[in-house]
Amino acid sequence: MKQKITIEPVTRVEGHGKVTIHIDEEGNIAQSRLHIVEFRGFERFVQGRPYWEAPVLVQRLCGICPVSHHLAAAKALDVIVGAGTGDGLTPTGEKMRRLMHYGQIFQSHALHFFHLVSPDLLFGVDGDPAIRNIIGVAKKFPDLAVQGVMMRKFGQEIIKATAGKKIHGTGAIPGGINKHLTQAEKDSFLNGPDPLNVDKMISWSIDAVNFLKKYHKDNTEFIDGFANFPSSHLSLVRKDGALDLYHGVLRAIDKDGKKILHDVDYQDYLSYINEEVRDWSYMKFPFLTEYGKKDGWYRVGPLARMNTIDFIPTPLAQKEFEEFRAYTHGKPNGMSMHMHWARLIELLHSAEMMKELLNDPDLMSGELVIKGEKKSEGVGLIEAPRGTLFHHYGINDNDQLTMANLIVSTTNNNEPMNIAVNMVAKQYMTGQKKITEGMMNAVEVAIRAYDPCLSCATHAIGQMPLEVVIVDSRNNILDRKRR
Amino acid sequence: MAKKAEHKILIYGYGNPGRQDDGLGNSFVDKLEKWVDEKKLKGYEFDSNYQLNIEDAAAVAENELVIFVDASTEEIENFILTPVDASTNVAFTSHAASPGYIVSLCREIYNKIPATYLLHIKGYEWAFKDGLSNKAMENMENALVYLKQKLEDSESMIDSFKDF
Repeated sequence: MKQKITIEPVTRVEGHGKVTIHIDEEGNIAQSRLHIVEFRGFERFVQGRPYWEAPVLVQRLCGICPVSHHLAAAKALDVIVGAGTGDGLTPTGEKMRRLMHYGQIFQSHALHFFHLVSPDLLFGVDGDPAIRNIIGVAKKFPDLAVQGVMMRKFGQEIIKATAGKKIHGTGAIPGGINKHLTQAEKDSFLNGPDPLNVDKMISWSIDAVNFLKKYHKDNTEFIDGFANFPSSHLSLVRKDGALDLYHGVLRAIDKDGKKILHDVDYQDYLSYINEEVRDWSYMKFPFLTEYGKKDGWYRVGPLARMNTIDFIPTPLAQKEFEEFRAYTHGKPNGMSMHMHWARLIELLHSAEMMKELLNDPDLMSGELVIKGEKKSEGVGLIEAPRGTLFHHYGINDNDQLTMANLIVSTTNNNEPMNIAVNMVAKQYMTGQKKITEGMMNAVEVAIRAYDPCLSCATHAIGQMPLEVVIVDSRNNILDRKRR
Repeated sequence: MAKKAEHKILIYGYGNPGRQDDGLGNSFVDKLEKWVDEKKLKGYEFDSNYQLNIEDAAAVAENELVIFVDASTEEIENFILTPVDASTNVAFTSHAASPGYIVSLCREIYNKIPATYLLHIKGYEWAFKDGLSNKAMENMENALVYLKQKLEDSESMIDSFKDF
């Protein structure tokens, strides 16, 4: 008799997800799938609106990474207003946006590590769910919890200072930015009382990387073996191959490290990337057109970025990057749990970048906006915390949006997340008759490594329980578990 | 008549104003802040965000009275004000961290639990549009009248929370 185990929803990921694991008569995993309910109406919803509204409108998509959508939309509109393709802005316009972006990356990575991941590491995948959360961390490791809270707060304050406000920020506008950084804001971020200053953020970021490396050393088998599979990787890279989360060219490498997308202009992304629809999922499956649906899928996000880039242009993060790359002898790293290591290197890089930018006089004076010959279409790409984010808009002669196409980071990671779930299900559930909390969480840990933002719509209504249902091939419920 | 003691009070609305009535908490805070400015009341702090998150524990710790304001889909009558119990329940997602979760984190990290309430205001429409529905607007106005009266005697709100 075939069984189906349903884990719904996945806890501590952004939005709603459901995992079904089909088990055959022998207890083997026949198939595992991650189902995601993704709202697909947004691209139609924006049609007819004035194009300059897009950077604010898109923030309705998501309260988790509104800054990423805000900036990706603004970058697409830069092209439309004739301000170039990401590197044509005034120094003030570009650097203020970069500061906003690195503030967003910093707070998002801090949240993910301290709030979502550290409980699994500190209490173990099999740990009691009642304490395996940030409250449990606060009880047992209060210093770590304080760091998580204050790093989030620092990043949020950077966003507020650059985007203008926390909700529906208006900082990035087509062709530039609408404000300078004030002297008071600069002084506060650079020299504010401990711990809310950038030097403390750098110091804590180093601590976080060291924490992860020590955990890795003590738990090598788990960190290296959990959901370890080869794949291609895709990200933006700076033209010289450096890590650049704000702008660059599109690069992909295969599982052996060979370039399969050669630093191309992302304005032409439709020439290289396609999306597959599968009847069991609301979310599409992107792939590199040249390599087809079967072989063209790729990973995005921190791990992918550490694999695609040649170097990191800040000294402390570069040192960590060298150690990271040396671990796999320079070869692409396919270990899903190394995503956390990569994410923390980016956390450190973001802190370093914030300091560099805060010391740049261009943030406090200079032209804010530049415009040129208007175009009817534009593409904006950005490396969001979770990976490459695509925004593509078209307008008509009345300046109304006529077309929008968004490929969000989580969609780019759809196939690898499914592969990770399938691997972990086979590892932890094969031959098992009872589903334990640890088994359920192992599946979630695999998904969480990718830090998915599943709903792209803010505000889940209330708290939802975790429910596991075992169903046989005739849809009879054999067991139900809820926590 | 003795001058009333000033308390540090945080009014914190959360929700996505781009999702119609989900912005009830944000709109409520905007209106209440204007009222406080007009009355020249001291000790108030206002904040508004898409959702509660872990860093809010730091802001909660700095106040004596905290009132979270959120939209509600529950079958309540217009609005309801309830004390918030520190809860260690695991939040389903980080973007849906509950007020109880934030208060619990505040207790663990800062060893403080201020008097904390949640004002739930009933909403009806949740599409990808700006602006509150008429019924939600009416509920919000009624909730404003009610809370303004309560805040006239914030001391009793703090005292009654101690019995909670």
